[in-house]
Amino acid sequence: RIMADQKTNKEQRYDRQLRLWGDHGQEALENAHTCLLNATATGTEILKNLILPGIGAFTIVDGHRVTGEDNNITITVTHGGSSRAATEFLQELNSDVSGNFVEESPDKLLDNDPEFFHRFSLVIGVQLPESTCLRLGSVLWSAGVPFLVCRTYGLVGYMRLVVKEHTVVESHPDNALEDLRLDQPFTELKNHISTYDLDSMEKKDHSHTPWIVVVAKYLENWCNEHDLQVPKNYKEKEAFRQLIREGIRKNESGAPEEEENFDEAIKNVNTALNPTKISSAVDDIFNSEQCENITSQTAAFWLMARGVRDFVQNEGNGSLPVRGTIPDMIADSDKFISLQNVYREKALQDAAVVAKHIQSHLQAVGKVTYPFNAGGLPVSPLCKNAAFLRVVRCRSLAEEYSVDSFHKDTITSCMDSPDSEMVLYLMLRAVDRFYQQHSRYPGVYNYQVEEDISTLKLCVNSLLQEYSLNVNVKDDYVHEFCRYGAAEPHTVASFLGGAAAQEAIKLITHQFVPFNNTFIYNAMAQTSTTFQL
Amino acid sequence: MADGDEPMAVDVGSSGDWDGRWSHVQKFLERSGPFTHPDFEASDETLQFLLETCKILVIGAGGLGCELLKNLALSGFRHIHVVDMDTIDVSNLNRQFLFRSKDVGRPKAEVAADFVNSRVPGCHVVPHFKKIQDFDESFYRQFHIIVCGLDSIIARRWMNGMLLSLLVYEDGVLDPSSIIPLIDGGTEGFKGNARVILPGMTACIDCTLELYPPQINFPMCTIASMPRLPEHCIEYVRILQWPKEKPFGDGVALDGDNPEHIQWVFQNSLERAAEFSITGVTYRLTQGVVKRIIPAVASTNAVIAAACATEVFKIATSAYIPLNNYLVFNDVDGLYTYTFEAERKENCSACSQVPQKLQFPPSAKLQEVLEYLTENSSLQMKSPAITATLEGKNKTLYLQTVASIEERTRPNLCKTLKELGLADGQELAVADVTTPQTVLFKLNFTS
Repeated sequence: RIMADQKTNKEQRYDRQLRLWGDHGQEALENAHTCLLNATATGTEILKNLILPGIGAFTIVDGHRVTGEDNNITITVTHGGSSRAATEFLQELNSDVSGNFVEESPDKLLDNDPEFFHRFSLVIGVQLPESTCLRLGSVLWSAGVPFLVCRTYGLVGYMRLVVKEHTVVESHPDNALEDLRLDQPFTELKNHISTYDLDSMEKKDHSHTPWIVVVAKYLENWCNEHDLQVPKNYKEKEAFRQLIREGIRKNESGAPEEEENFDEAIKNVNTALNPTKISSAVDDIFNSEQCENITSQTAAFWLMARGVRDFVQNEGNGSLPVRGTIPDMIADSDKFISLQNVYREKALQDAAVVAKHIQSHLQAVGKVTYPFNAGGLPVSPLCKNAAFLRVVRCRSLAEEYSVDSFHKDTITSCMDSPDSEMVLYLMLRAVDRFYQQHSRYPGVYNYQVEEDISTLKLCVNSLLQEYSLNVNVKDDYVHEFCRYGAAEPHTVASFLGGAAAQEAIKLITHQFVPFNNTFIYNAMAQTSTTFQL
Repeated sequence: MADGDEPMAVDVGSSGDWDGRWSHVQKFLERSGPFTHPDFEASDETLQFLLETCKILVIGAGGLGCELLKNLALSGFRHIHVVDMDTIDVSNLNRQFLFRSKDVGRPKAEVAADFVNSRVPGCHVVPHFKKIQDFDESFYRQFHIIVCGLDSIIARRWMNGMLLSLLVYEDGVLDPSSIIPLIDGGTEGFKGNARVILPGMTACIDCTLELYPPQINFPMCTIASMPRLPEHCIEYVRILQWPKEKPFGDGVALDGDNPEHIQWVFQNSLERAAEFSITGVTYRLTQGVVKRIIPAVASTNAVIAAACATEVFKIATSAYIPLNNYLVFNDVDGLYTYTFEAERKENCSACSQVPQKLQFPPSAKLQEVLEYLTENSSLQMKSPAITATLEGKNKTLYLQTVASIEERTRPNLCKTLKELGLADGQELAVADVTTPQTVLFKLNFTS
């Protein structure tokens, strides 16, 4: 009884987010254990935004002593300071979450126990010096642990996602096209449409026929007169709309009656005529090596993708399994429900075929369990989302930093606009260089600012030279970055805290799509850009 | 005792501030820079202004409000007022982090203020467990900047109208000292926006009314006789069945927060749905439809509140040029932001000096005028009350919000404008929840 109450309490508490990622997303979140390096304002804000929605566990790794400058809600000088205090405050935000801390610098841990990091679902590194970041990046890349790098530097926010391969079935696209198949109606849909005879229907039925049926009917007529070709260009679509318009019933005086369903049909001609085709993103997935070579090690996502691909290449005749949903439209209940059921039943049929394909692959590699776990989903959500499957592959930090493989073209073309966020990225790389050389960041103390400007400029130049980058970094930015004095203003830290936490949730739940791979936020202009570096 | 367990030994100065407390902030106030606002002057007085003088009003202590209070407090703002008319609910706890389970039922403004005041030494947040409409100009006038974290367009428009009413014009020229900047934030799921409004100078809330999507209300005939979606079934029970059956007694309205009420609606919605072979009615969906629930997470609120607080800081200190003037954010697929300048509408009913016109033939019924006021996308009034001066007296033509007056004036809706005694060029005064000030319309007769 108590457990039932607890469950209800959790459902109430998390209600607003369960409506976004569902119970299964919540479960994934509650099974996750994240590591945060450095409990600064940025770090604690990120954690706060993971603890509130109920992440399973967190571990803070921070070897710093707290100073008077730490300005985050978890640590205040009058409340004592240490990773322990941060942990306690954060844990108190949500009693379902377990928190740990390790009072050690990340570098020491990398020296003594790099496998420490293997246990985490995700590692979040905040305000890390470049050398530590690269070392850790390499360890996590080999171990296959996703790594999210975050830093707040003055009024600039920076995030870098480092994950070899992240697969998403439920990407929840904002503006998904409907899957109506009007350009290539499947048999059951054709049969259903043929049960309608628009001309002989009573007025009431005529006005309450779903627009999908109306369009399908008129499309049949059109195709018969046009060599089996659907309307292709604007002129033809206009003519098609006119055809439908003429189908509106008229009253005794010859004026058109009010038929909202026909109005909807006309309005939706473009939607209806969207060709049924597979996106390049999904095509890429089908053509991936992992999809082609199924072994006993193959992850669930690729097994499922292969099942869908097999369907496409066989029973689907080049098309994905039918999604099975239709938008609401003016119609009487019976007509709408029966039309909806046609799509639904086809979707179920197709899903069963996909399941069979998956099963045969499982058997071929000697696996028995179905439906499987380890990030797998039952087949129905897979087929509903078949058109929206996504894979995100980020380059490693080593690739980004190596003179041989860094993305010169991306950087150079972005810098055609000298105020693009790319200049902020270059400045961050430059201050890292400064730190390497001087063991401090530029302009931390007032008396340093003036002098550090010229030193930082040297760092910028040496950076550009090393990478043979023929770009212009305006002096204003060198000055501004000295002015920042490596400050971590709370509002910028808080912005990143929200942004990074949501990316972490995406990685953990495998829902929605993470960024790839460098995000820069400019709090001066309130703009942002994502680059692939 | 381990080092980490002892409070730091700090030198707390006379201001109550320890060494380095505001160092992150000071770098932006005491150093000149190439991107600062033209009016900016590096000085150590600006920090003092923030700490001792600057007065900020935060509207809403919910998802955005909690974040805003924390952000402002940790950025050096110490004189903050917060207004919120709500009490804390369990479903708030996934993001409104100033509240705990034990606080459920208590006023948000008060718990939020308590938390910040005890956690951030020196900060003085004054709570108001009230509606924004409970205050008049004398209250709002005392603030340097107002930042809103509201969940209602009506409330936003009211606030917008209030600040517009504070503007002082001398010989048609706006007195800049009468402008109180309004920073407005809004979130919904993984989407959000933040905007800076300088009343009288930049686009106001009403200038961009079309940016706010209309609420989904299903047509009555669908609900009553032609349901297709589970939502239609739920609305049927809420709108038609409940008032008819009065399941919990006479005059007992449906309370979305009462689990028993929701359970009743849920069961009846299932039955309705079964009649039409509709699937998909769940308890969660029922509650969502009845309460018009908008999904919400901590992360989006954190992002938008942070952007808003950055703008408050910029405006209070002139450290940088403020956002000009609208930021849109969406992190469904990667992270997307779009920044643009929303333009003022020339004939905005709230902020332009242009008199509003109503064009109707004298044979038009008052009902048509009412519909225009509510349905026109630039006006979107909720329940306008229309009065006019007739024969030297102020006459209420129609008012909806008081039952007895509604009943008395209802017959006017069927009368024509001519029958009501209105003349061409006549002024009509319209009051509505969307604005604290009456809007004057000039009636022009068309033939």
